[in-house]
Amino acid sequence: MSSGLLVVGGGQAAVQVACSLRESGWQSPITIVGEEVALPYQRPPLSKAFLAGKADADSLALRSDDYFAREGIEVVRGARVTQVTAPGADGTAPGVAVTSGGRAFEFAHLALTVGASPRRLSLSGSDLLGISYLRDLSDAETLKRDLAVAKSVVVIGGGFIGLEAAAVARARGLHVTVLEAADRLIGRVVAPVVSEFYREAHERRGTKVRLGASVVGFEGREGRVTAVELADGTTVPADLVVVGIGVVPRLALAEQLGLECDNGIVVDEYARTSHPAVVAAGDCTTTSHPFAGGARVRLESVQNAVDQAKCAAATIAGRAEPYTSVPWFWSDQDTLKLQIAGLSSGFDTALVRGRPEEEKFSVLYYRDGQLLAVDAVNSPRDYMAVRRALAAGRTIDPERVTDMSTALTPV
Amino acid sequence: MPTIHYICPDGTRRDVEAAAGLSVMEAAVKQGVPGLIAECGGAAACATCHVYVDEKFAAAVGEADDIEAEMLDDAMAERRPTSRLACQIEIGDALDGMEIEIAAVQ
Ligand SMILES: Cc1cc2nc3c(=O)[nH]c(=O)nc-3n(C[C@H](O)[C@H](O)[C@H](O)COP(=O)(O)OP(=O)(O)OC[C@H]3O[C@@H](n4cnc5c(N)ncnc54)[C@H](O)[C@@H]3O)c2cc1C
Ligand code: FES
Repeated sequence: MSSGLLVVGGGQAAVQVACSLRESGWQSPITIVGEEVALPYQRPPLSKAFLAGKADADSLALRSDDYFAREGIEVVRGARVTQVTAPGADGTAPGVAVTSGGRAFEFAHLALTVGASPRRLSLSGSDLLGISYLRDLSDAETLKRDLAVAKSVVVIGGGFIGLEAAAVARARGLHVTVLEAADRLIGRVVAPVVSEFYREAHERRGTKVRLGASVVGFEGREGRVTAVELADGTTVPADLVVVGIGVVPRLALAEQLGLECDNGIVVDEYARTSHPAVVAAGDCTTTSHPFAGGARVRLESVQNAVDQAKCAAATIAGRAEPYTSVPWFWSDQDTLKLQIAGLSSGFDTALVRGRPEEEKFSVLYYRDGQLLAVDAVNSPRDYMAVRRALAAGRTIDPERVTDMSTALTPV
Repeated sequence: MPTIHYICPDGTRRDVEAAAGLSVMEAAVKQGVPGLIAECGGAAACATCHVYVDEKFAAAVGEADDIEAEMLDDAMAERRPTSRLACQIEIGDALDGMEIEIAAVQ
């Protein structure tokens, strides 16, 4: 195995590194070691179709068992790597990774695709039953079971995962309250008009949204949560609480290896870390992003995991392919299909096209007249046009954005 | 189980036996059939699972809804009357033996 690749973390990025290497004809051994017991799967449906009961666990798998076997990709599941040593600089001593169960894996190349873990609350009562997080399949399975018997759900955190979970709960007819500490929803990612749109859209569907609501603790009975306490002294009854307040990149292994980290493992456009034998990809990384004017960003998206993993694979195979992909993201909340292309942070102008009150519109973001991004709600055509424009390094005339009689065309 | 015949962008053919209920995208991706990217995993959000369906099966496959049609209009490869997003086609016995041509660019 010492000529081979060890991929630590069995998620979206891990699978992509391995598959891309095999597609490019790379023949050395590949082993993926992942902590979860399920075959590597996609997370996005966990807060959407899976939670709503419209997709089963098997359908989430990224590849089948036969695929991995046929391609000679060994997938070791339910094993957590706790210790790692890099290969010797002269290439004689292989690197070694050891799991909590004591299994050791030697490697010549290491890919860290360990993702991120949900940020946890540590408030009085945070350990009560019925307070759940949503990252893994096992979290989603528990949540789905709890939703089937819950009556009042409180979602803490008005980001995408929280709002998606709220939409699923509300569609089941439950009482749902979303508590957001900031003064608007999804504030980290979208413009105020989009935040306001989502607040109204959720309220139209019967969900209560409380902004500026900071949670200070929980009340419980017989070990189970019964209410959420807010800083203003009020309480919100709940027999189920879903916490979605962001994630923290997993850096323990990178730190053992002495890799440069900055709220993420720092990688360059070839997915290289500060150690020549180690690449990294996905939610655990941060990079100077071409679509953020070179600023360092840590993206949490399938697109980023997949595209960075492709660069990582190319680097391992000895071909350098820089990361230049347009960032994109989607979120499904009830009948609202949001598609985002580009990164809007730092925008100075946000132009609304279409009619938010009809739940079909898009917002195009510009800085100094330069197109940055789009948030498209039930407007795939606008999303596709902007994604194309950004990929081609082109723009869309801001003067024509609000004119619904013409399609958006890159210039 | 129904068999779907995929024609990959490089011209190679891959036959996949697929359980009914999977989508035409899932059946291919889980087996690593090259050409489909399917980045959104079937949420009709990425348009990287663009295929051309066998005309003989057009009726059995059905038509794209509005959202899908908009995505196809702007997909990277040419839109043809037989264009569909593979993730929006559910495999059933009626599709046994269908040929699916994977669009060359996604
Ligand atoms: C509920 C939910 C909904 C989402 N929705 C969307 C969406 O709509 N669109 C979108 O683009 N993105 C979405 N995302 C984000 C997207 O899923 C992630 O960006 C993506 O999964 C990142 O892939 P990754 O491989 O970097 O990390 P992960 O998928 O998190 O995989 C990392 C894996 O590594 C394992 N691991 C960690 N440490 C170790 C160790 N020491 N040893 C062994 N294994 C280890 C973990 O158990 C995990 O399985 C969503 C995420 C969640 C949780
Ligand atoms: S897989 Fe993304 S649109 Fe079909």
